[in-house]
Amino acid sequence: MGKRDIGGPAQPLLKVEQLVKHFPVKGVLGKRSVVRAVDGIDFVVHKGETLGVVGESGCGKSTTARLLMQLIAHDSGELVFDAMTVGGHQLPLRDYRRQVQMVFQDSYSSLNPRLTMEQSVAFGPSVHGVSQRESLERARDLLGRVGLEPTRFAGRYAHELSGGQRQRVNIARALAVDPRLVILDEAVSALDKSVEAQVLNLLLDLKDNLNLTYVFISHDLHVVRYLSDRIMVMYLGEIVEVGPAEELFAAAQHPYTRALLSSMPSMDPSHRTLMSPLTGDPPSPIDPPSGCRFHTRCPHAEAICAQRKPNLHLTGEEHYAACLMVEPGAGHSQSPSGVLLLKEA
Amino acid sequence: MNLSILRPAAPAVTPIESSPGYWSEVFGRVRRDPVALLVAAVILALILMAILGPSILPGDPFTTSMFKRLKPIGTQGFLLGTDELGRDLLSRLMLGARLSLFMGITPVIFAFFIGGAIGVIAGYAGGWINSLIMRTVDVFYAFPSVLLAIAFSGALGAGVNNALISLTLVFVPQVARIAESVTTQVRNRDYIEAARASGAGPWTIIRTQVLGNVLGPIFVFTTGLISVSMILASGLSFLGLGVSPPEPEWGLMLNTLRTAIYTQPLVSALPGAMIFITSISFNVLADRLRSAMAIRS
Repeated sequence: MGKRDIGGPAQPLLKVEQLVKHFPVKGVLGKRSVVRAVDGIDFVVHKGETLGVVGESGCGKSTTARLLMQLIAHDSGELVFDAMTVGGHQLPLRDYRRQVQMVFQDSYSSLNPRLTMEQSVAFGPSVHGVSQRESLERARDLLGRVGLEPTRFAGRYAHELSGGQRQRVNIARALAVDPRLVILDEAVSALDKSVEAQVLNLLLDLKDNLNLTYVFISHDLHVVRYLSDRIMVMYLGEIVEVGPAEELFAAAQHPYTRALLSSMPSMDPSHRTLMSPLTGDPPSPIDPPSGCRFHTRCPHAEAICAQRKPNLHLTGEEHYAACLMVEPGAGHSQSPSGVLLLKEA
Repeated sequence: MNLSILRPAAPAVTPIESSPGYWSEVFGRVRRDPVALLVAAVILALILMAILGPSILPGDPFTTSMFKRLKPIGTQGFLLGTDELGRDLLSRLMLGARLSLFMGITPVIFAFFIGGAIGVIAGYAGGWINSLIMRTVDVFYAFPSVLLAIAFSGALGAGVNNALISLTLVFVPQVARIAESVTTQVRNRDYIEAARASGAGPWTIIRTQVLGNVLGPIFVFTTGLISVSMILASGLSFLGLGVSPPEPEWGLMLNTLRTAIYTQPLVSALPGAMIFITSISFNVLADRLRSAMAIRS
C-alpha cells in the first residue's frame, strides 16, 4: 500500500516515548497510592513488523495496549505515529484511530449482541462517513476475507458463532477502517489450539496482503515466537528486554527473560523442566522494589541491584536489556568491563 | 478516506441468510406463553374499554337518583349495582378506566424518557458526572414513593395535571437508577471499547451500541411501575389530591364507596377489584417480558 506512508520505510511507524500510566487506588484510612501499571516505557514499532509483547499477568501488557489505542489517556510521555504526535494538530485522535485498531481477547464481549455481524463490521466505516450501503458491502467483503462466507454469516448474531468465528469477525471489524497498525491483545489466547493456529495463519496472510503492522500481546511464548519479528519483554510496568525474536530466544540477556523462556513447556518430553524457574508472584506494582524491579526474584541479585536502576542497554544488533550484568561498570560482579564495550561499539 | 483494500465485491447472487433479531425472538417466546397472552388480553380489553369510553356504556354514569342508592349486583338495569348516589356502577367503572389507565400509564411514559435519559447519560459518562447525577437522584429516591407523591401533589395543589407531574417526579429517580446500572454494565463491555477505538463519539456510541442493549431492561422495569403508578394515583384521588368528583376514577370511587362497606360490601369492593386486576396484569406482563428477555443477554 504505502499510500499514507510519510517518512518512508525506515521511519518507525509508532514511537513510544517515556509512556507512563498510574492508576490511583484508595488505600486503607484514605491513604492514596498509585498502581504503576506502565512506568516509563520507550519503544518503537517498525513498519511492517510484528512486535511481540510478553510478560506475566499484571506486568502492564494490556495497559500498554489500551494506551497505544488511546482508550485510556496516558499520564505523561508521547506517542509519535509516523513522525506525527498523536493528539496533536497533525494527527487528531479521530484520525489516529482510523490508522490503529485493536482486537480484544474476549471475542464474545467485543461484539454487540444486538447487532448482526455485518452491522458490527460496518460500524467503523460508517463512523468515518462512508455511506450505510457501502459500509455494509465492505463488511461483507471483509467477512469473506477472514474466511466467513458472507451469505452465511453476515446476518448472524454473536451468540450463533463459535469463538474462532467470532474472533474472525473481530479481526474483520478491526480491518474495516483500513488501519496500518493492529494491536492484538491476547487475541488468540481464548481459542482452542487448532482454531488458534487457523486464526494465526489468517493473521499472517492478512498482514502480507494488506501491509499491516502488528503489536502482538500474548503470554504464550510459542505463539509469540511463531508470529513475531521482534519481542519485547515486560516486567512490572517496565521493559526489561527487547530484541529480534530468534536472537532473544537463542541468547536472552536478562535473567527474567531467561526464566520466562525456561518456563516454556517443552515440545520434547525428554527436555521437560522439573523445577519452576520463577517462584512466587511478582511484587505489587503499587510499591515496586527499588533499583532493579526484578531483584527480589533474580538468582543473580546482588546488593547493588536494590540500589541502582538498570537502563536499557544495547547488547547486540537491535537487542537491548535492562540489567546491571550487561551494563559496563555498573557495579555488579558480572558487569562487563568498560573496555570490552568500547570495542563492541 | 482511502480504502483501496476494500474493493466492493461483485453484487452477491446468493441472498444473505439472516437470523431472527433479538426482539422477534423475545416476542416469539411471549407468544408461546399462555399467562403472558392472558394478561396481555386483559390489558388490551381495558385499553379498548378506555378508548371506546362513552360510546359503549350501558347506562349513564352521571345521573344520580336518591331512590336507587347502593343497589346490589344484578339489579334490573344496573348489572353491577349502583353507588352511594344511585349512579350505574358498571358505567362508572368502564368510564373510570379512562382516567385510571391514563393516570397509571402517562407518568410512567414520561419517567421512562426522562429517567432513562438521565440514567443512560450518568451511566455512560461515569466518574464525577455519574456521582453528581446519581447522588442528586438518590436524594429523591430516599423518600417512600407514597410520601413523595403526596408531598409534591400537596405542594402543587389538587388536580389531574399536578398529580401527573408529581407521579412523574416520583418515578424519574427509580427509572434513572435502573438505567444507570444497566448502562454501567454495558459500558464496560469490550464492544463499547471497540466502538470508541473506531473513532465514534459518545453520542454515536450511545445511540448505536448502548441503547439497543439497555432499553429492554429499562422498559420492563417501567412496565412494572404502571401498577404502582395506578395505585399511587388512586391513593392521591382517595386523598382528594388527584381527580375531583364527579369524574369517575377507580381510586376516588373506592374512597366514596368505602362508607358503604357494611351495607354493600361487594359493590364497594368493585373499584378496588378493577385496580387490582389492572395492576396485577401489568405486573405479570412485566415479569413475563423480563423472563422472555433474560435468555442470553
